[in-house]
Amino acid sequence: MRIRPIAGVVLRQIYLLRGSPVRLFPMITWVAIDIVLWGFITRYLNSVSGSGMNFVPTLLGAVLMWDFGTRIMQGVSTAFLEDVWSRNFLNLFASPLLISEYVTGLVITSILTSSLGLAVMLLLATTVFGLHFLAMGATLAVFLLVLFIFGVTLGIAGSAIVLRLGPASEWLLWPLPAVLAPFAAVFYPLATLPEWMQAVARCLPPSYVFEGMRAVLAGRPAPIGLLAPGAAIAAAELLIAAYVYGRVYRHAVRTGLLARYSAESSG
Amino acid sequence: MTNPSIAEDGVALRIQNLGKRYGAVTAVDDVSFAVKRGEIVGLLGPNGAGKTTTINMILGLLEPTAGTVRIGHVDLRENRVAALSRTNFAAVYAALPGNLTVTENLRFFGLLYGVHGLRKRVDELIEEFELMHLRHTKCGLLSSGEQTRAALAKALINRPQLLLLDEPTASLDPSAAQIVRQKIQGLARIGRCGILWTSHNMYEVEAVCDRVLFLSRGKILLEGDPRTLPGLHGAATLEELFIRVAREPLAKEVS
Repeated sequence: MRIRPIAGVVLRQIYLLRGSPVRLFPMITWVAIDIVLWGFITRYLNSVSGSGMNFVPTLLGAVLMWDFGTRIMQGVSTAFLEDVWSRNFLNLFASPLLISEYVTGLVITSILTSSLGLAVMLLLATTVFGLHFLAMGATLAVFLLVLFIFGVTLGIAGSAIVLRLGPASEWLLWPLPAVLAPFAAVFYPLATLPEWMQAVARCLPPSYVFEGMRAVLAGRPAPIGLLAPGAAIAAAELLIAAYVYGRVYRHAVRTGLLARYSAESSG
Repeated sequence: MTNPSIAEDGVALRIQNLGKRYGAVTAVDDVSFAVKRGEIVGLLGPNGAGKTTTINMILGLLEPTAGTVRIGHVDLRENRVAALSRTNFAAVYAALPGNLTVTENLRFFGLLYGVHGLRKRVDELIEEFELMHLRHTKCGLLSSGEQTRAALAKALINRPQLLLLDEPTASLDPSAAQIVRQKIQGLARIGRCGILWTSHNMYEVEAVCDRVLFLSRGKILLEGDPRTLPGLHGAATLEELFIRVAREPLAKEVS
């Protein structure tokens, strides 16, 4: 992989943000609303619950981490969709840009955009609702890393769906995080789910992260036994998503789908 | 159809036995030709003749079912990056992203093509195509003529050995079209760039192209100098020849 083409893909997204700063608005707004909304819900739950449990870290922390993963996914997908919306595929793929360079550029873009969202979430959750998230220390970095890989995987898989099925299929992308959230056991222990949902959950890296997070918040040691399989599954699924994307791209070049894509985008 | 007299080091593009089938449908059938550096070759034919399919295969957007594409000495299948680094294109159906300015687009594509000294190159092209006052304007806001100039500037960002132009003057007024034609001719002569040009404007083809290839139903039917070819086939003009080729059955032409 070469640096210049990857830099080109990233720079294009930076130009878009610079030329239209309003694009920053949804990156900040939705996560801010989530934190404020869930922040007050947790405060209310703390006030009415007689259990003595502090809902701030378990619920607000879960919201923050889940939002981080989904923002990564949306960062990759949106950067890809910019090329769909501007019907730029012919110019893009008739250049010497490799598909691996393109995807790397999309991932770097999503890191930049989702870092902004993460910073806003951390700031709000810490200053307004007293969430001491960084107290989880190095374990937090592992949690975020697994969620980052999961978000990238979803973004690549979603982009592959759009590349394969056409521009209109972007509507299949956006509900993906919501569909997966119940299985990911974001807000409740995995044991709460029925057996068949637990089986699905075990294929989703976030379920390991959120189980681990609850263990740490309950004062138990860092759950290496949970995080290791979660990280391994995340890495394996990333490789599968990258492989699938490559296959879809090859199919698009072989069948002429790529050359026709711009025309179909206009329909 | 390959012209063996063309010295290999002077070849911008060599296509051999190129074919593309979609199931039972043959879009391009055993097409072979070469484009020399400094030469402008017109790829002509009616709608559906296989021109855009051929161009898409040269650009790596479509995988051939048979044959080879070589850009200079480089086989596209074997070394896509090296081959496409020497190529570029402009087409009416492939506008630059409208939400980037002219300068941003040129920098973006310059990076994709791995251009060194990019800032200087962008400045050169902006000056050459008289886009100075539009350099900070989003491409979506440009007129057709301005968009064509910007697209041509992008097409030259990597100083290509091979330039593919798919109806580059289709949306231009006669004056703007003439300026663009002169620039492209200058590019071929001075820049030693091989140019493959598709157009439905036969007067333009006659004025610009050194050689033309008539494509019909995926096959090359005729090849020659656009100024003498009509007379050789009993037609008064290139347009008349085009119409005849487009309407006559393939079997008759081949026989």
